[in-house]
Amino acid sequence: MSDHDHHDDVSNDKPGVSRRKVLECMTWAGTGVLWTISGGVPRSLGLVDSALAAEPTGLTFLQISDSHVGFDKPANPNALGTLEEAINRVKAIPTKPSFMIHTGDISHLSKASEFDDAERIISQAKLDVHYVPGEHDFLDEEVKFYKDRYGKGTQGAGWYSFDANGVHFIGLVNVVNLKAGGLGNLGADQLAWLEDDLKGRSKSTPLVVFAHIPLWTVYPQWGWGTEDGARALDFLKGFGSVTVLNGHIHQVMQKVEGNVTFHTARSTAFPQPAPGTAPSPGPMKVEDSKLRTLLGVASVNFKPGDQRLAIIDTPLQG
Amino acid sequence: MMSLTLRSLGRFAIAAAISFCLGATHAYADDANVTIDNFTFTPAQLTVKVGTTVTWTNHDDIPHTIVSAGKFRSKTLDTDNSFSFTFTAAGDYTYFCSLHPHMTGMIKVE
Repeated sequence: MSDHDHHDDVSNDKPGVSRRKVLECMTWAGTGVLWTISGGVPRSLGLVDSALAAEPTGLTFLQISDSHVGFDKPANPNALGTLEEAINRVKAIPTKPSFMIHTGDISHLSKASEFDDAERIISQAKLDVHYVPGEHDFLDEEVKFYKDRYGKGTQGAGWYSFDANGVHFIGLVNVVNLKAGGLGNLGADQLAWLEDDLKGRSKSTPLVVFAHIPLWTVYPQWGWGTEDGARALDFLKGFGSVTVLNGHIHQVMQKVEGNVTFHTARSTAFPQPAPGTAPSPGPMKVEDSKLRTLLGVASVNFKPGDQRLAIIDTPLQG
Repeated sequence: MMSLTLRSLGRFAIAAAISFCLGATHAYADDANVTIDNFTFTPAQLTVKVGTTVTWTNHDDIPHTIVSAGKFRSKTLDTDNSFSFTFTAAGDYTYFCSLHPHMTGMIKVE
């Protein structure tokens, strides 16, 4: 991503960087993504140091995803270790984020020990964490471990909303009641709740919606999408700033459609192949020396006409 | 000559009967196996006789489940884990992986 065409929607007399421009030029492989909201528009910063450069104002929060604690196959024999490396990065951020959002697959097999280990490591960041579950978090016999730990204040399978600094956050669950041949699923109850939750809110309220499986159709052949995601997105229409944060696919993918910005985060555990580039979406084994570049962060310096945005990426190693 | 022809015919008939028999039953096995590789059930469709035990084995580096709504549901199968089910009633059993629902398969029990 070396070309920066400034022909799009940034007018020369308008200072600042359009969200589209930022997202078009960003390439990163991150264990986490630091977002800041300025003027209702989420902007991504790097994990380390860009906080120094950009002096974020407003709300700053972190997205981590797919820690798969308990995973121990060749793609990464130590998922807990790389999670710890990611959390160490979080601890090193000079300007502390307000909280973290975890977009699911906290554990790999929903074992109590896996949830325990994840909690132990993630809590070292000393930040509130808002979770939504992934399909790997509902595998215990009675399907209760996730809810016991992270279900307080949630409804149904674990959906909820909260507000922070004037931004409305909505956590959705799209990993239960999946139908054969289908994709992710929100279900009628949750959609009804969502519609009601949004009712009466000012359209200028910035929204951040987070769920495990992408709410938009990334690659249906691999199940990367949500059957009734479009219905949820319909409810979000008309709001001036909507950001959809997802995980599940273990790679960064971004899309901007009107006022809606879609972003999927990398995993802290193992990478997965880009759509259609492998026989299946399973864990992708790469050279040991390359792993942390796919979990870590890649640097992108974006220079639009009149404002410099530096995204400083810090690899897990060195 | 006549006896030779008859014997040949007999042999032919037996051979034909055997291959017919084999042809009709080649899809059946007392126990049968389905493997999971690259998020795919192989064979995608398997025909077995009533009373057959089918065993699914996961060769992927990611867990899968075998679910046929109302009929059977495996525990979570990690790499090299297996699940077996004995089919005591005829019918078509469609199943899928509840973690990755785009993975589907069928067991036809006759």
